[in-house]
Amino acid sequence: MAAGVTARDEQKTGGILLALPAVLWLGLFFLLPLLIVLVFSFLTRSQGGQVSLPFTLAQYERVFDTFWVVMQRSINIALLTTVICLIAGYPLAYFIVRRRSNFGKQFALFLVILPFWTNFLVRTYAWRVLLGREGLINSTLINNGIITEPLELLGTEFAVLLGLVYGFLPFMVLPIYASLSRFDFRFIEAAQDLGANDVKAFLRVMLPMTLPGVVAGCMLVFIPAIGTFVTSDLLGGTQGLMIGNLIYSQYNRSGNLPLGAALSVVMMGVVMIALLIYARFGEAKE
Amino acid sequence: MGNQVISRAGVGTAVQTTAQGFRADMAVRSIGKVGLLVTPIFSYFFLWAPIALLVLFSFNDSRGVDTWRGFTLRWYENIFAGTMGGEARFATDLMLSALGNTLFVSSIATVIATILGTMIALSLVRGNIPGKKVIDSILYLPVVIPEITQGVSLAIFFKLIFDFVESSTGVNGTPGFGSIIIGHVVFNISYVAIVVRARLANMNPRLEEAANDLGANQWQTFMRITFPLILPGVIAGALLALTLSMDDLVVTFFNSGVGNTTLPVFVHGLIKTSVTPEVNALSTLMLLFSTVIVGFSLFLQNRYTDRPYNNR
Repeated sequence: MAAGVTARDEQKTGGILLALPAVLWLGLFFLLPLLIVLVFSFLTRSQGGQVSLPFTLAQYERVFDTFWVVMQRSINIALLTTVICLIAGYPLAYFIVRRRSNFGKQFALFLVILPFWTNFLVRTYAWRVLLGREGLINSTLINNGIITEPLELLGTEFAVLLGLVYGFLPFMVLPIYASLSRFDFRFIEAAQDLGANDVKAFLRVMLPMTLPGVVAGCMLVFIPAIGTFVTSDLLGGTQGLMIGNLIYSQYNRSGNLPLGAALSVVMMGVVMIALLIYARFGEAKE
Repeated sequence: MGNQVISRAGVGTAVQTTAQGFRADMAVRSIGKVGLLVTPIFSYFFLWAPIALLVLFSFNDSRGVDTWRGFTLRWYENIFAGTMGGEARFATDLMLSALGNTLFVSSIATVIATILGTMIALSLVRGNIPGKKVIDSILYLPVVIPEITQGVSLAIFFKLIFDFVESSTGVNGTPGFGSIIIGHVVFNISYVAIVVRARLANMNPRLEEAANDLGANQWQTFMRITFPLILPGVIAGALLALTLSMDDLVVTFFNSGVGNTTLPVFVHGLIKTSVTPEVNALSTLMLLFSTVIVGFSLFLQNRYTDRPYNNR
């Protein structure tokens, strides 16, 4: 008995010691910087890219006034990306789960995982090759006499949307696949024996039971999509300017750090709302 | 099997619905069947066509990307020869030093993150520590926070530190390998911890109890029982960390100084300015590298799953 208690105490101290380095690292280099950003967002810009007192809400006013267009564009594009990924991703996950042979399943999955592990820059760059003024799409259309002037495909909101869907589709497929592979398809059979048609069986049995995967997938797509920097930087130009690019330009050149900080905080707010939705609907009900 | 289920169930439905409703249901079913086949095929095409074209045009004997003019390895030679066509030079030396920097940064970040991540995973699954839930959410935060926020906040943090050090001691600090590695370790800890944790949760804790009963102390139990059993998880986590670290652009971009460009930052610079066959060739090489890593990690997963010592 006594030995058991000491062992447990030992385990407790051991556990704290094991967790400590990682917790310190994350606290110092992750949480503290986020806190600094929060403080900066209430400060005033001063000479030479520095910040100073007094505390003010001026930056937030500008975020919700001058820069709201960009914020709204980011939210819209991120939502649209999520919806398109969901519509394309659910059937794809279903397709993978329903492969009969183990090899077929593994291979179908591999075809989704490989792009997921491939360098994001390379994948985005592929679209530059396709969409450019002298890119494949324009030159094909011109050579076949369908158009005479090259279409402006790069530097548009459409290009950003395309790049985001392309980049994040695997993030949607993998969690839905995980949910679907745990789903017992005999439930569908049961629903149909009880008189449900296909639509009802899907909406009332399959979808609710795979909802955690769907919600997780939506999070994994929406959050990086709203914070995108690379995709919009490479494909978006000025028309497809997103919130991430705006934050970057505040940090980099014109140097209004408090404004950049306020933009970050508002973006984090949107992310937090998304996470709350996840916490409400996404947890697996055991 | 799927079809049998559907058709048998379809008969059951027909008995209970009117003929008209049945016809409508069949129409929905055929649309659904077509959709369920067409959408995945289109998605696969969408995922793979750009990559396939990129690889194809890296072998195309023409600077343009519009028509196929025959096979060449010229662009691959150019990457390593230091020339870019006639007009501009491909900065081979810059690329190689960026590659060296990438390997240096990512290997150190991976080692640190794998050790810290495995430790915290062990403590969360096996240890009995207070505030588990809080630690848990802090651990997941770097995965869900947009990269740009992480990159910018860390950069501001370092700027403050350097300003403070300069004003108090006069030593002039600049961001460099240290700040890049610190940033990479932050997000890598989370990924390693998640992967190792999943592995630990699948492991039977009785094996450790048995080792204890047989007289092994905690360290012996860990080295002889726990660690060998979670090793595949640790390796998978380390591989994930290595890939993420080697591919990272945003955090590196904000926290690197002059002279420590990594490969993604170098490639980003190239891509932003131009589409050239050399970049296509370089991208193809990076693609090949990812394929090898994915193949290796899938091999590891297949090899080490479903063993008798697993809990489930």
